[in-house]
Amino acid sequence: MSNEVYSSPDDLNVKSNNRLIEIESLVRTYILGEFEVHALRGVSLKVTHGEFAAIMGASGSGKSTFMNILGCLDKPTKGSYSLEGIDIGKLARDELALIRNKKIGFVFQGFNLLSRTSALENVELPLFYNSVSNKLRVEKSMEALKKVGLEERAYHYPNQLSGGQQQRVAIARALVNNPSIVLADEPTGNLDSRTSVEVMEIFQSLNEQGITIILVTHEPDIAAFAKRLIVFRDGKIKSDKLNADPKIASEVIKSIPLIDEEVET
Amino acid sequence: MKSLNIIIAAFRALRRNKMRSFLTMLGIIIGVSAVITMLAIGQGAEYSVKQQIASLGTNVLIIFPGSQQQGGIRVGAGSMTTLTEDDATAISTDCPAVAFVSPGTFSGGQVIAGNLNWGTSIQGVGVDYIQIRDWNVQYGNFFTDQDIKGATKVCILGKTVADNLFPDSDPVGQNIRIRNVPFKVIGVLSKKGQNAMGQDQDDVILAPYSTVQKRLSHYPYLRQILVSAVGPKEIETAQKQVTDLLRMRHKIAGFEGDDFTIRNQSDLASAATATSQILTILLASIASVSLLVGGIGIMNIMLVSVTERTREIGIRMSVGARGKDILTQFLIEALVLSLLGGITGIILGIVGSKLISNFAGWPTFITAFSILLSFGFSILVGLFFGFYPARKAAMLNPIDALRYE
Repeated sequence: MSNEVYSSPDDLNVKSNNRLIEIESLVRTYILGEFEVHALRGVSLKVTHGEFAAIMGASGSGKSTFMNILGCLDKPTKGSYSLEGIDIGKLARDELALIRNKKIGFVFQGFNLLSRTSALENVELPLFYNSVSNKLRVEKSMEALKKVGLEERAYHYPNQLSGGQQQRVAIARALVNNPSIVLADEPTGNLDSRTSVEVMEIFQSLNEQGITIILVTHEPDIAAFAKRLIVFRDGKIKSDKLNADPKIASEVIKSIPLIDEEVET
Repeated sequence: MKSLNIIIAAFRALRRNKMRSFLTMLGIIIGVSAVITMLAIGQGAEYSVKQQIASLGTNVLIIFPGSQQQGGIRVGAGSMTTLTEDDATAISTDCPAVAFVSPGTFSGGQVIAGNLNWGTSIQGVGVDYIQIRDWNVQYGNFFTDQDIKGATKVCILGKTVADNLFPDSDPVGQNIRIRNVPFKVIGVLSKKGQNAMGQDQDDVILAPYSTVQKRLSHYPYLRQILVSAVGPKEIETAQKQVTDLLRMRHKIAGFEGDDFTIRNQSDLASAATATSQILTILLASIASVSLLVGGIGIMNIMLVSVTERTREIGIRMSVGARGKDILTQFLIEALVLSLLGGITGIILGIVGSKLISNFAGWPTFITAFSILLSFGFSILVGLFFGFYPARKAAMLNPIDALRYE
């Protein structure tokens, strides 16, 4: 498995088995001047297609470093990470970019949308680094916006959208390339509680459609919507268990009153 | 397809920051329009200098007799009595590169017409003189071969002389007295203006050289022979032919020096042309400095923009942009800015030079060369100064870039 070698971009489209992520004794060490910082000290994890996992942990527990490696933004110091059978540790910078483009969708805490750029153009962004025709690019982006219920806001700028709407644009951007996995790093960190639940509702419905989601959060309330809970401490996995009874966002939302002007249409 | 996408991405990025894009271009716009205008002015100056020199007669050779040497004392050029009418005739018949020949002598003195008088110089010349000097007779006629043979007392007045002696009347047909010798005015020359040394070329009276020799100077030799080559390119050939002919006629052996001097106006012409070329180069280099400053402006703004857009770069990388995609996008942005700036600058430069030639009355010339030069230069500037910021952007680590506030 982990000794499978990535040879050509075509391999990226081969889904060898149901195993999406296989991580074996992953170590990540930073060198800051004279010191070595051990961010991850041997993490092993397997994730299959269609999961909805929440990664929890205090700051400094290594969950962000882990997320960066999962997202192919960073490479492990030791150990192996294979994503759909591709050994990520062996890839060069440009090959990692290709993996990010084809297989991974990011959702960030701060939305990370381009300012003064319409929602549609923001969603189009991943397709720019892909051989997609202009027409298809717009079609796919509109489709992704439709999935998050924002097709009517396609030509609005981020500053004309509420926080929840901005995060939904970001989710649409993460989905536009049909990735194998959506990685969400504190996606509700900047949102009020009602909007947070609305975002979780979208994640839950995407997961029901078969999209794998891995979510980093330090809020137990939010993690409670996931089907699997992984807790990090001191660079290791402290616990990893299934959530027998995940909260259903569409039901929770009924119990939260509308509070302020940040009302979604 | 992918590279087209990156071009679209670059244009969108520029459009998002219209003000910044415009300010960046401004440097290039000013630089390019300055180069175009300066070159146009410089080339205009070169042209007018060339014109003035052409009016002096650039293809003219002047042959002076050599200097006299008596027991170690050399009297100076023109003091020898070696040039004769026969030399002049021989040059016109035996030198194929020579178009016109005019024997020359001169005298000076007070000229009286009625109750007015004027001191001026009297040039004794041949019939071809006005062809050689590229001059025209404005009123009346020039003298003929008959006048030379008969040494008739006729003369043609320069404009200045005519204005001073005949302020209110037509001089043609009137009589004047040059040093008490009566002459009949048969023509007036057109105005020629100052020569390169600032002398008034119109303050002159032309008369047949034979008349001046016999009636005024009483000096039977020629002071000079004016020769024009068949074309500006044949000056060297003409000079060689005249030199060989005169050495033969004067029986000068191979090792002896010439007993005459040939002065070549093209030296003056090339000096003046060189001066105005230096002027053009000077103006262009001053303007290039502003183009360079414009380029540094692009680099500055692109660098600031890389810092300001660090997060954007992080986002792009996280969705799959490779380092070279970012590099390409930033390079295209710089290139587009300098290209648009270059085109605007060229238009402004053309308009500017037209305005200058209209209002200041200077001739200006816009050549394809100056447009290509400044356009090419602005592309180079864009690529050169765009590369460093683009590379900096491409080298960013996506994780750090995403966290950048």
